[in-house]
Amino acid sequence: MADQNESIPAQEQAAAQDPAAQQNAQLLALLNRLFGEAAFTDVEESYGLLTVTTTREQIHGIIAGLQKDEELQLNFLTTLCGMHWPAQEGRELGIVYHLHSLTRNIRLRLKIFFPIADPVAPTLTDLYAAANWMEREAFDFYGIIFPGHPNLMRILNVEDMDYHPMRKEYALEDGTREDKTDQFFGR
Amino acid sequence: MAVNDTLESTHKIIESAREQQPNLNPLAPTVNDFNQELTTLNLGPTHPATHGIFQNILQMDGERIISGVPTIGYIHRAFEKIAERRPFYQITTLTDRMNYCSSPINNFGWHMTVEKLLGVEVPKRAQYIRVILMELARITDHLICNGILGVDTGAFTGFLYLMDEREKVYEIYEEVSGARLTTNMGRVGGMERDFSDIAIAKLRAWLKTFPAVMREFETMFNRNRIFMDRIVDVGAISAERALNYGFTGPNLRAAGVDYDVRVMNPYSSYQDFDFEIPVGTKGDTYDRFMVRNEEIWQSLRIIEQALENLPAGPYHADAPHFYLPPKQAVYQNMEALIYHFKIVMGEIDAPVGEVYHSVEGGNGELGFYLVSDGGRTPYRLHFRRPCFIYYQAYTEMVVGQTLSDAIVTLSSMNVIAGELDA
Repeated sequence: MADQNESIPAQEQAAAQDPAAQQNAQLLALLNRLFGEAAFTDVEESYGLLTVTTTREQIHGIIAGLQKDEELQLNFLTTLCGMHWPAQEGRELGIVYHLHSLTRNIRLRLKIFFPIADPVAPTLTDLYAAANWMEREAFDFYGIIFPGHPNLMRILNVEDMDYHPMRKEYALEDGTREDKTDQFFGR
Repeated sequence: MAVNDTLESTHKIIESAREQQPNLNPLAPTVNDFNQELTTLNLGPTHPATHGIFQNILQMDGERIISGVPTIGYIHRAFEKIAERRPFYQITTLTDRMNYCSSPINNFGWHMTVEKLLGVEVPKRAQYIRVILMELARITDHLICNGILGVDTGAFTGFLYLMDEREKVYEIYEEVSGARLTTNMGRVGGMERDFSDIAIAKLRAWLKTFPAVMREFETMFNRNRIFMDRIVDVGAISAERALNYGFTGPNLRAAGVDYDVRVMNPYSSYQDFDFEIPVGTKGDTYDRFMVRNEEIWQSLRIIEQALENLPAGPYHADAPHFYLPPKQAVYQNMEALIYHFKIVMGEIDAPVGEVYHSVEGGNGELGFYLVSDGGRTPYRLHFRRPCFIYYQAYTEMVVGQTLSDAIVTLSSMNVIAGELDA
């Protein structure tokens, strides 16, 4: 008996006690039923919020499916933002989506990653009007291109800027300065 | 409906203009065509009626708006980038400058995000003090918005009258943080200082006098014939469209959706208080005005309950790794000096993880998505700014309406340029 108990993953044991973890386990089971287990990798619960990673080929279908799904009603796009992980080869750029069900109060975080050499992700503007400016912001900051976006222009920075400033290679301070070292301060 | 008839005819005009000028960019209608009698009007970037720096290029058929292109980013300060180089406690000052009409909510929202990441439990007294200050901030935010709506419809008195009350709230802020507008209030782990007797006295005095002023303001506006004629059915948006556009806060509630972060995901002990969420029906300017007025009353209810039941105890968490020790102790106490040094020099690392925390800001769900890689600064920090998301809908809301309607719609949406551009 003791061996069996140990073989149960810690996550499941926690799920039995914590209502939030229980809800997340149910949500994950539903997601797997709707889109297949193969669609999701790197499932984690970061501070109680279910986070799943999927691919850019599937993300549009998943978000559209969740929007229509009667049971979950995950039909509110809270936010969408780009991110840059230079160390992850082949998946340097990413987008994080936060979805919210206002009727059932469920939140879900979805992530996709793709290579920086091919920074293309599907647009959600056909599903959510709110995605329009959020995607423009991701384009502006990270250079992520959303084919099919009605108006993919820079939104916060000036039009003739020729780089995407939130990428990690652009240090915040002037890189040519020699009077300051980063030995003690900052990254 | 007269509006729709006109809209239809204006659409015809646009169609014929397009046929004649096939290269006309539909998104930048900057060509003045006198034959079609369409005018391009630059509303902003610096126009007193926009109450902030943002531009709308409107194409007008006489007084009626045919299309609009919003341009934003005039005060973009790259907060998300700057935050990637700042220790957590220095980011508070960035949040001040987003929605500067209700800075304390932004400050505490950020502190709560970091506390969630660090796993710090904040004592009840600090939570109640935060609730009081956040609700004061909500009231001042709504006072500004509704006061300015009055100004835009030609009633200046109400605005000045309310500004006087806002000033008294700012005096309470001064007692608590030393600052008035960009408050930098509280610290990670609780408050920087406790409520002083003067602060409590000022708060109690204000709670006595303010309701009468608010009632007077409401008497002047709520059923005012002229005011209602100007704002009823102006700039309406349906609940469905509002949700699709990611509306939150009073603007969403005016459309009839009772989403409020304070109730749905209670933070800082909001579950202890008894209050109601006012909702509108049509999502027009009048509903937005009325929802904000009612929220002021509900905020007062919360403040009174919190002040009544203010628990005794410490006003900050016992988190020496992140909460700066009192300055006096730094000079006299070895441990305090060490912690002070370590915090200021950024020697203390945060756990690796990602956390999303949202609070009900003056304009809606203000979210912080913080990714920490274990360093002293965030690896990535994304602000979910309600203004930025719902301002997209502005064009859709004003097309077919007159220019003066567009102005009151803009005021009632409470678009704050600092939050819009971040």
